[in-house]
Amino acid sequence: MLELIFFSLLNGIVTGLLLFMLASGLTLIFSMMGVLNFAHASFYMLGAYFAYTISIYLGFWIGLIVAPILVGLLGAVVERYGLRYVHRWGHVAELIFTFGLAFLIEEVVQFIWGKDTKAYHEPEILQFPLFTFFGQNFPAYKAFMLLISIGIFIMLLLILTRSRVGLIIQAAIHKPNMTAMLGHNVPLVFMGVFGVGCALAGLAGVIAGPALGTFPGMAFVLGSIVFVIVVVGGLGSLTGAFVASLLIGLLQTFAIALDYSVNDLLQLFNISFDADSAFRDLWTLSLPQIAPILPYLLLILILIFRPTGLFGNRET
Amino acid sequence: MSEITKTASPVASRPLLKTLTPWIGFLILLLALPNIFSSNVGLYTMNLMGIFIIFALSYNMLLGQGGMLSFGHAVYFGLGGFMSVHFMNYIEDGDFTFPMYLIPIFGGLIGLVFGIIIGSFSTRRAGTVFAMISLGVGELMAASSLIFVAFFGGEEGVSGDRTTGPELMGINFGQDIHIYYLIAGWVFVTVALMYLFSRTPAGRMANAVRDNAERAEFVGYSQRKVRFVSFCASGFFAGIAGGLFALNFEIVTEENLNALTSGTVLLMAYIGGVGFFIGPIVGAVVFTLLQSILSNYTDIWQLYVGILFVLTVMYVPQGLTGIIVMHTAAWRMRRIGLLVLPYLRAGIPALAMLTGIATFLETIHHMRSSVEGETAMSLMGVDFDSHGIVTWIVILALVVVGGYLTRSQLPQLRDAWEMANKPPAKAEGAGS
Amino acid sequence: MTAAIELTDLRKSFGPTEIIRGVNLTIEKGERHAIIGPNGAGKSTLFHLISGRYNVSGGSVKLHGENISNLPPYEIYRKGLSRSFQVTNIFPNMSVFENVRCGLMWVKDYKYSFWHLVDRQRELNERTAEVIEEIGLTSRQHIPAGVLTYAEQRALEIGISAAGGADAIMLDEPTAGMSHSETDQAIELIRKITDGKTLVMVEHDMGVVFDLADRISVLVYGEIIATDTPENIRNSKAVQEAYLGAEAEE
Repeated sequence: MLELIFFSLLNGIVTGLLLFMLASGLTLIFSMMGVLNFAHASFYMLGAYFAYTISIYLGFWIGLIVAPILVGLLGAVVERYGLRYVHRWGHVAELIFTFGLAFLIEEVVQFIWGKDTKAYHEPEILQFPLFTFFGQNFPAYKAFMLLISIGIFIMLLLILTRSRVGLIIQAAIHKPNMTAMLGHNVPLVFMGVFGVGCALAGLAGVIAGPALGTFPGMAFVLGSIVFVIVVVGGLGSLTGAFVASLLIGLLQTFAIALDYSVNDLLQLFNISFDADSAFRDLWTLSLPQIAPILPYLLLILILIFRPTGLFGNRET
Repeated sequence: MSEITKTASPVASRPLLKTLTPWIGFLILLLALPNIFSSNVGLYTMNLMGIFIIFALSYNMLLGQGGMLSFGHAVYFGLGGFMSVHFMNYIEDGDFTFPMYLIPIFGGLIGLVFGIIIGSFSTRRAGTVFAMISLGVGELMAASSLIFVAFFGGEEGVSGDRTTGPELMGINFGQDIHIYYLIAGWVFVTVALMYLFSRTPAGRMANAVRDNAERAEFVGYSQRKVRFVSFCASGFFAGIAGGLFALNFEIVTEENLNALTSGTVLLMAYIGGVGFFIGPIVGAVVFTLLQSILSNYTDIWQLYVGILFVLTVMYVPQGLTGIIVMHTAAWRMRRIGLLVLPYLRAGIPALAMLTGIATFLETIHHMRSSVEGETAMSLMGVDFDSHGIVTWIVILALVVVGGYLTRSQLPQLRDAWEMANKPPAKAEGAGS
Repeated sequence: MTAAIELTDLRKSFGPTEIIRGVNLTIEKGERHAIIGPNGAGKSTLFHLISGRYNVSGGSVKLHGENISNLPPYEIYRKGLSRSFQVTNIFPNMSVFENVRCGLMWVKDYKYSFWHLVDRQRELNERTAEVIEEIGLTSRQHIPAGVLTYAEQRALEIGISAAGGADAIMLDEPTAGMSHSETDQAIELIRKITDGKTLVMVEHDMGVVFDLADRISVLVYGEIIATDTPENIRNSKAVQEAYLGAEAEE
């Protein structure tokens, strides 16, 4: 039991911090531009694919640095020539645009790289178990992921709270018009933040690709979860995104690890049911089974009872 | 000017016949279509079209009419389908007797029930919150469908048999043509009902709330209830579409209520034009045609659809119907002829450029997906070598020359457009 | 006879700032009442409190003797109080005709009906046409409201508010931004449309105020410093000091 909790906790934190790399960019973009970028996870996918292609020729470490930069530049281009243009048609059009973009990027990825999972692996130096605990291995690559995520988190925190750019960003989040009037180039800041947000997503893709698989559906798998995080944490709140990322990460790993079913619960009360009834699925429902729906359940409950999210202060 | 005011006179005083004309035309079209496209493929495509028309129109009750952007509309479509297929099986098992052709009613009812349940909390707000709830509900349902195997049938779905019900005048819907007329009947009735809904106080206020939710509250309407009524009606019609899907394909799977289907319906409505009642109809027809025709010729048709969708959102937010409607002013002034030549002059090089781009994509795709060493490929009946230098020269020429010529033709097109749309008074002055 | 609108110690705070600081006001039935005051006095806030756009922080609003504080706007409208907005607030993508008809549907008892066809409701459409005639937009009735001129949109704004025939009508700066001739037309329109009804208006144009109002209240920094006939207000020393003085300083 102890090792189960220990490993679930570690894995939960690894997943959570990875999610935060995506969620932080998404929530920054949302709070500044008011756009929930549906294609955000697509940039994460592009990061993985770019890094895969680069790693074939130049190795993993070059990919780790170059791929996020490429994704960031692509993101900036999308903001400058796509989103800013669509802005004139209103918010709904912007949302639909990013949605269409997500669809298009998935098609383009399939076009260029094909439909199968790519053999994108962690570098050989990191292919060893870091430590063994109760007979279970903890791979070094996971520790590496953890390290990178924490590093990014600290960097983000420092930039936002300590630097001049961070102050302008914070100002632009709350009062974009006012910031523009004070002489700051808000469109440029927007493009920058969009690019950096995408680069962060790309970096997440680079390090997640070897662990979670590099395939055309990877954006979709993670994309909706990241949305859940941003909404649950509170739209526009970085703290909220951080807490929600960890929460969802832990929720998912623990739900998979703890194999209990409704039946077990009912047996505690000495109730048993006919295994053939039409509701049989309900009685045999187990935690690992419902793990995929837990985030969405949480999302809906939050939106009904606390539309501002856990830490947010605005609704739309 | 007098002509414009005449056509725009109050609808109430319009003669009944004039109101009915488009509907009679629609009915005749529905009846005549299978005589024109009588092949199996034709029928298959038209059946799918009919189902998508209802689905896309029901979606537009939310987005176009009510200003609610939903990312989970497939929930009602899929549930309607599952409910219907279960009832088909009950009929087959002899559990109860019910005419098979009315099965979509059950689909509609479950759509309505879920519309009431989900709408009761999701319609409180429009905008991003509504969109997020719809996404959450959509994902929840799609994930649940793989868990609750008894109702959703797991990965392989639930299948049924539409021919087992009591016969209607000797027809058991075994043939494709029968199911076509069945779907056509449902299409006619539901399209009419959805149109009529848009002309009721609930439908009008949905537009008002979309335009300005706050103002609607100051003329006595709760924005939440207005949205709720539309939401329920939309769920009902989506459920009917799902029921027809079940009847037509005799199988319903998880795919029918997942995000891909939700995305498809958004795409259809948007490409067609959400600002017009017939927009989603146009969108459903175009999308189904793209899907069934393009997929015969190319593996990467979805890439084309994706490009088309993004371009539509960026440059033609009013959709294909919007483009058609843009021409009505010139049409009324009998000046549409002025545009034909300019369109041809810009259109032919544009077509060449598009051909070039498509050939480029297809050739690349062929190079990547074909067997090693296999370089002979064929596109629209033209055979060529995917690695040949001539191929690439042709592609480059098509794109560059076509692109250049299109660009050079744009100014004259713009002039012609302004000429054709100039108000009559000025045009007369210029003419004399 | 109960008063049309009765405000008792009405208060509104945004955070620590109190904008409306205990307003007491009684407006009789059939009275034309104008609220004037310098910019930032809280006139629009007061309107929002009465019409339900904002929740009150303290005190009460009574309409025909019934407490309507903190009811949602649509409930207040259904009890017979309708209002217009300072910033034009219409349904831009719908035709002028539809805009006015939206203002009529609830009072004609259609509610959320999805079984009536609006185009077949003779009485509803005739009444709509009448209102449009009154606001002088008959020739423009089929174009989208969003493309009307500013003055036309202001007229439409009043038309939507008055269409339902509410007993009490509140107009927030109905003539703001209008030219002289447009203002004259607007005054005529308001007079016609509020005949026999209770009218509360916020207005900056003193010509309009003295022309239309039976009584005037002066709101300064969230408090009413005087309520009287136009004649007495014009001559009141206190008002001149507080209001006109404040105006002169600007």
